[in-house]
Amino acid sequence: MSTAPDTGGNVMLLVLLLLPVVGALLMYPLRRNVPAAKAAAMATALLEFVLVVVTWVGYSTDAASSGERFQYVFSVPWIPAFGTHLAVGIDGIALVMIALTAFLVPGLMLFAWAEKLPEGRTASGYFALLLATEATLMGVFTATDVFLFYVFFEAMLIPMYFLIGRFGGPNRQYASVKFFLYSLLGGLIMLASLIGLYVTSADQLGAGTFTWSDLQSIAQSTPTSTQIWLFLGFFVAFAIKAPLVPFHTWLPDAGAEAPIVAAVLLVGVLDKVGTFGFLRYCLPLFPQASQVLAPLVLVLAVIGIIYGALLAVGQKDMSRFVAYTSIAHFGFIALGTFAFSSQAFAGATLYMVNHGLSTGMLFVMVGLLVARGGSRLISDYGGVSKLAPLLAGCLLLAGMSSLALPGTNSFVSEFLVLVGSFPREPVATIIATVGIIFAALYILWFYQQTMQGPVRGNAVIRALEAGGVGGPGAMIDPAVAAERGAGFPDLTKREIGVLAPLVVVIVVLGFFPGPVLDVINPSVQATITEVGLPDPVPAGGVVGGVR
Amino acid sequence: MIALAQVAPLTAPPIDYAAIAPLLVVLGGACVSVLFEAFLPRHQRWPAQVALSVLVVAVAGIALGVYAGSAPVAGIVTLASALSVDGPTLFLWGTLLVLGFGSLLLIADRSVEPGGAFIASAVERASVAAAPGTTTGPTGVDPEHVDRSYGAPGEAPTMQTEVFPFVLFALGGMMAFVAANDLLTMFVALEVLSLPLYLVCGLARRRRLLSQEAAVKYFLLGAFASAFFLYGLALLYGYAGSVKLVAIATAAVGTPRSDALLFGGLALLVVGLLFKGSVGPFHTWTPDVYQGAPTPITAFMAACTKVAAFGALLRVLHVAFGSTHWEWRGVMWAVAIASMVIGAVLGLTQTDLKRMIAYSSVAHAGFLLLGVMAITPEGVSSTLFYLLAYGFTTLAVFGVISLVRNADGEATHLSQWAGLAKRSPILAGVMTFLLLGLAGIPLTSGFTAKFAVFSAALGDGMAPLVVIALVASAVAAFFYLRVIVLMYFSETPEDGPTVTVPGAFTTVAITLGVVVTLLLGVVPTLVLGWAGAGGLTG
Repeated sequence: MSTAPDTGGNVMLLVLLLLPVVGALLMYPLRRNVPAAKAAAMATALLEFVLVVVTWVGYSTDAASSGERFQYVFSVPWIPAFGTHLAVGIDGIALVMIALTAFLVPGLMLFAWAEKLPEGRTASGYFALLLATEATLMGVFTATDVFLFYVFFEAMLIPMYFLIGRFGGPNRQYASVKFFLYSLLGGLIMLASLIGLYVTSADQLGAGTFTWSDLQSIAQSTPTSTQIWLFLGFFVAFAIKAPLVPFHTWLPDAGAEAPIVAAVLLVGVLDKVGTFGFLRYCLPLFPQASQVLAPLVLVLAVIGIIYGALLAVGQKDMSRFVAYTSIAHFGFIALGTFAFSSQAFAGATLYMVNHGLSTGMLFVMVGLLVARGGSRLISDYGGVSKLAPLLAGCLLLAGMSSLALPGTNSFVSEFLVLVGSFPREPVATIIATVGIIFAALYILWFYQQTMQGPVRGNAVIRALEAGGVGGPGAMIDPAVAAERGAGFPDLTKREIGVLAPLVVVIVVLGFFPGPVLDVINPSVQATITEVGLPDPVPAGGVVGGVR
Repeated sequence: MIALAQVAPLTAPPIDYAAIAPLLVVLGGACVSVLFEAFLPRHQRWPAQVALSVLVVAVAGIALGVYAGSAPVAGIVTLASALSVDGPTLFLWGTLLVLGFGSLLLIADRSVEPGGAFIASAVERASVAAAPGTTTGPTGVDPEHVDRSYGAPGEAPTMQTEVFPFVLFALGGMMAFVAANDLLTMFVALEVLSLPLYLVCGLARRRRLLSQEAAVKYFLLGAFASAFFLYGLALLYGYAGSVKLVAIATAAVGTPRSDALLFGGLALLVVGLLFKGSVGPFHTWTPDVYQGAPTPITAFMAACTKVAAFGALLRVLHVAFGSTHWEWRGVMWAVAIASMVIGAVLGLTQTDLKRMIAYSSVAHAGFLLLGVMAITPEGVSSTLFYLLAYGFTTLAVFGVISLVRNADGEATHLSQWAGLAKRSPILAGVMTFLLLGLAGIPLTSGFTAKFAVFSAALGDGMAPLVVIALVASAVAAFFYLRVIVLMYFSETPEDGPTVTVPGAFTTVAITLGVVVTLLLGVVPTLVLGWAGAGGLTG
């Protein structure tokens, strides 16, 4: 009954999938030669990025508009007894997600280039795990077979678990186990739904299948009560991953204890698998259930927006601070996803990318501060802008992007989400708008605490003393310190190399989101057709206006 | 003479020798093995027994392969319908032979524990005092507690080779057990497989008290379970007038007789089988025996006994009680839930690795019951696949456990495994992979097996049970994860154990387990095809 072709197809996505795996395996023979290992890892990540760019260029938005759901399709049977296929393909949403992944990884490697690792850990292992994470992310976004998606969804945990547990902060054991168990529990609940979906498809089609398009074709004829159960299984897994309140408690621990590069991948990309899952699996496969349960999700989303923001204000630890801001942002994405309009969908998708960029940059900035001061406490820093103006500027930009200031990338997506959600969900949207004010509050407060005012804070003073400037408790002349470049230096060339692409993309996407929206829109239209609800605001209205 | 001629000639039942050749080879090999033990001088026994055992398993495997190539899909019944050689039987025989081969390799290894893991009596240890030159421990140690090799002082280390005929007999009993088509044959096979196991449990070279306690406990509880089985058999005979599984099924359909005998008999019968399969709440022997028995024997029991017990359970429930499954399924639900919960929750509290794996096996037994309870072709094939997958993974796990040792033998306390990844990355990696397999992470056989079993159960209307099973899997994953955390993220203790470089036999056994765990996770199609090749024939 499967409509999936069994004879292969375009191998591009397979190459994207396997290249990081090969790179990761290459780290083992190179483990004694750390510089070579790093170079090989970087080369792999850059090549991957180039290939993704090629994929992007080859992706046809016209074909997508004219109803071709997936492009770069490849499919061979995998386990015929279960009706599974090794099937990959991308729509616009998946494309922007793999582009985000491939864009972030080389920069993160550059960031990790000279990172001080815990005792007994080698950079080759570190980079191998990064590449392995990238490979599983490629798999999870490109899979068009639900079983294959599940395999990558679970496999994704393992490299991330080791990244946190082996290379993380002082409390890494606790955080990594908590992360793993939460995700595994979610995954197993999803497995129950997955099997249920398979049995349902066997009832309706005569033979069980996991091919996404086959399952989508029977979605409208599945009884709503069945859909609700199956939806809930997927939803819990994705809500843990994305984290929606009340499934969020693992994120602050994992985000804080993970090494910065892992935190960026975790919050920036890996958690997006949850929101991506809502769009790709929950809505099209269980359309009636999605509509019935949407109020529940919206309540959780709005609670997340407000609650995440309030907790972010109260954080003492910078990494936890960023993690809580993310919980608020994920609320916006969930709001857009369950508002059922093409604008809100497009906004949510764009939000996923933008949040990956802005939060990624925020985490990197936190990492740069910690590398200098050796502490994650916000109160240990103060007046940094006098010592390291470039660093402070980048932090400001990252913060502005995070609070969705017009001119930065996030503004476009947040605006689209709110505008798109309003016609159908006015109350939720109005409450969510309050979240924007909170965002301004916590970001500006954070910036003011750490960057402005007189040079102060234990970490800063200690760093300066270690650098030979300033006595105990004495006010030092920041100009002198900056001149000497000692103690608390400004951005190095390598760090500028890490940040520059992020800065460029954040600003460019703030003014010209068109190319990304062009890719997203056809797939968003397809999704709303699959849900089967009329679009409250026809596309081309505001979306066109923003372009 | 005249009287004799008038008696109708007793015709021997036709025997399909080709079909039962694997079974005959193993049992015959066991008898030859006994003769070896009786007549060969001690120093020749080990090589002879190892060669014989490997040969026997290999010949049986070839016989099985040859027969399976031309076997009728519907299966046959032979030996006056005492044995049923059908698709599941052939699959289970193959599973038992391959797992038995792996266990024999672990048993035969003499490099991990010098001289092998088996010894007959504690007296031998005392004789070390007479040979002071052979002690390796620090001076002043009580000779009782100093390890020395078995055999006369000055003699090369040798091992207690009785273990080989025992294991071969047990293997033969298991093969007969899963093929038994009537309850009496099943009972005899049960005893043939059980008695050698009771004995070999007590042969551990180290921690003799623990080992002997395990053996006695296993024997007493096992005897009790056998009595249950026999009682159930008697009741069922009273109900159906026959011990044949098919006759019971026929009698159960539309007779005016009281159901009390039928279900009373079933309950008692199943208790005996669940005991062997270490299904909770009949699992109480499992942790003690797994911990006390020599590790290669634990591996053999964990892998093969489970296969045999569930093979027989599958046959009893599907052939004899398939038509009445609405009556007994409720009770089995309760048993499955109890087993999963006991295994997952008590596993969390264990500090000894072997006990932890024992509770994990109780939890897995609960998962397996889901497949057994699904009276569909998928139920049979998924259970068969699960047994194979679980057997290999657990075999390799015990192989790995036997390698981590300190001065007192195996270091099975969890704290002793801390920081192992730093000293022995390959071993830690292998163990991690196997534990992930037991936890059922995708791309390992554990996931494929769980998927097959759960989808069979869901397809036969057991959705709530599947959800409970998945939650239990998540809980159980925690204790597997704990070992991984210890190995990778903890600091090494001062007096940490050493990792023995495994000999060829152990290496082969572990490699086999790891490779199968991986292959069945990535490309399970072939084996799934074998498992689904034919139905049960009564």
